[in-house]
Amino acid sequence: MKRYFANTHFKRLMSSVAAMAILELMTGPPGSALDPTAGFTGSFGEASSFFGLFRTQRWVVFLFIAFIMFGLWTSWLTWGAQVKTATTKAMSVPRSVSHKQPVRWGVTLVLLVVALLLPHLITDPFWQAAMVEQIAVYVLLALGLNVVVGFAGLLDLGFVAFYAIGAYTTAWVTGALPTAAPFGIHFNNFYAIPIAIGLAMGAGIILGAPTLRLRGDYLAIVTLGFGEIITIFANNLYGITGGSQGTKTIPHFSLHVGPVKYLWGLTPVPYYYLTIVFVILFLIGFRLLEHSRVGRAWTAIREDEVAAESVGINPLKYKVMAFAIGASTAGFAGVVTASQSNTIFPSSFTLQFSINILVLVIFGGMGSITGVVLGAIVIQTGSMYLLHTPPAGYQPQDLYIYLGALLVVMMIFRPAGLVPSRRRHREIGLAEAGEGHMDEVLTGDTP
Amino acid sequence: MLEVHDAVVRYGAITALHGISFEVAQGEIVALLGANGAGKTTTLRMLSGLHSPQSGQIIFEGQDVTTTKAHQFTSLGIGHVPEGRRIFPQMTVEENLEMGAFGRRGSYSDDMERMYQTFPILKERRKLIGGNLSGGEQQMLAIGRALMGQPRLLLLDEPSMGLAPMIVETIFRIIGEIRDSGTTVLVVEQNAAQALRLADRGYVMENGRIVFGDSASNLLTDARVRAVYLGESADS
Ligand SMILES: Nc1ncnc2c1ncn2[C@@H]1O[C@H](COP(=O)(O)OP(=O)(O)O)[C@@H](O)[C@H]1O
Ligand SMILES: [Mg+2]
Repeated sequence: MKRYFANTHFKRLMSSVAAMAILELMTGPPGSALDPTAGFTGSFGEASSFFGLFRTQRWVVFLFIAFIMFGLWTSWLTWGAQVKTATTKAMSVPRSVSHKQPVRWGVTLVLLVVALLLPHLITDPFWQAAMVEQIAVYVLLALGLNVVVGFAGLLDLGFVAFYAIGAYTTAWVTGALPTAAPFGIHFNNFYAIPIAIGLAMGAGIILGAPTLRLRGDYLAIVTLGFGEIITIFANNLYGITGGSQGTKTIPHFSLHVGPVKYLWGLTPVPYYYLTIVFVILFLIGFRLLEHSRVGRAWTAIREDEVAAESVGINPLKYKVMAFAIGASTAGFAGVVTASQSNTIFPSSFTLQFSINILVLVIFGGMGSITGVVLGAIVIQTGSMYLLHTPPAGYQPQDLYIYLGALLVVMMIFRPAGLVPSRRRHREIGLAEAGEGHMDEVLTGDTP
Repeated sequence: MLEVHDAVVRYGAITALHGISFEVAQGEIVALLGANGAGKTTTLRMLSGLHSPQSGQIIFEGQDVTTTKAHQFTSLGIGHVPEGRRIFPQMTVEENLEMGAFGRRGSYSDDMERMYQTFPILKERRKLIGGNLSGGEQQMLAIGRALMGQPRLLLLDEPSMGLAPMIVETIFRIIGEIRDSGTTVLVVEQNAAQALRLADRGYVMENGRIVFGDSASNLLTDARVRAVYLGESADS
């Protein structure tokens, strides 16, 4: 017996089985006094089950998955190193932009056309709404957080605060809050955009200027606290924010310029186009920013803050800038959500929300614009799919189990994300080779 | 060009510099010698704003720069090649050099060309990322990056650390060339013999104090220096 325990294959097999047993318990039906092992022995039981396989008891299925996991794990150990060196080699070759440029423009154009046609291809009302509320808005949020986490290397756990500021500003400006609208005028939602962006940015600067001097881990704590404070304010300042009931009377966007009149309404498609236009604007803006002087300063700070200072970069200034840009993006996303849903509740601005956006960024690839857009689309589409077409036994709260598992798997196989930024990929490669250091966001240690 | 008066630097409760005073004149190479932990790195960090002195004064070209922030030092005309080189490991050689010109306005392509002439190896490696260079190449890159800021005073912290003798030779030759092209150099070295052969003057530090300073040739023959810092290299 002892010999078995010493065997690494056996250990791996047993860990796979144990991991799956835990997952099985977590996702299974709750046990009862009469049937304490229901989590294991319950069945997947739906008529739609696959060749009757899922009608069998849960433990059979999970044991099967455990064996597959063991197989994958073992083959990764055997061939993984080769795969990794091959990809690293491919990634570390400097990109020769020139002859690939037409291809990239072509791909961009195709994607643009697809994005514009999408509401006509997907006509299911659930998905049309999801495309706006759950995908496009989250792409925006992920893009904004990517500036903070990916470009500047700052861990912000209170991103939701700026989103809330944007949403509440919209309600305030349009006169939907108990407190009076500015100058007593009920502004059009479009006016909420610059005001929300300005206020979110201001909040970002006020919060950032004193705290961004702190080391990475302290910053995470302060932002975490700020996120909580904003939610508590929203909940408790009844006379100003409407308290826990929030508000339900935010108007829709409307356009009234000369003879042109348009009112965005309950149907999601017009909102889709409105949001997509802004997503594209933000995309272009961030792409330019990435390759600008500011973008280079962020990279330098992320790689070595002391060296950055000694070449004349003021780290505080550029960190506050990243923080403010991220904050204003979230503020803008808040305007869109508030206008589109007409309602806001303080209970939707939780820590979990901040973490969720962070997951999109990490999953997609910190610092890679393409990556975070794709990450947001993939994860949000996935979770919406699970919500819309839940597999047997799936509960909405199970989502985080799957997201967690997905992240763990990602960190093992693709630690730099789905579409890694070239630089980030090299950073992790070098850190693994014992040279340089990985980003503090990932490791928590500052040099 | 540079005057330091009674500078005291503390790291929390530890006093690293107990009131040091020295000066560097235009066009010199000055060597700062001393054992590990003597306070040499701290001195250079203070001179590039990474650690403000608790008391004392730093005057650069007649201007009081005691409380100037680190990121403003490049535009003042002080370049710092930090201990351990600290190049940007994931940027290419080219990008590293460009970062050196961050504080400058206008075109710097002439200077890039000049760097590639001074360090031909960097031209060959210019598309490689900094982290993949050898120690000597990284040191050259760090020096090149600092020179891209067009400093009038260059601070070098142990440029020979961990390098093979032949490369040390090259680095020291280049430091001489940098001085000849008009940049004043303050160099920290453990490799005292070699540093003194290159330098015009030198200061010796011990436990956060400057114990004495003299012309390089006098220091090379000074009994105290020979005994403590030159050790076996005195015989060769
Ligand atoms: N970051 C720091 N925190 C606390 N003490 C430090 C720090 N850096 C250096 N010291 C102390 O300051 C003294 C001088 O160090 P340093 O300037 O690095 O010396 P040198 O470069 O001559 O080897 C040493 O006693 C060292 O332990
Ligand atoms: Mg030192």
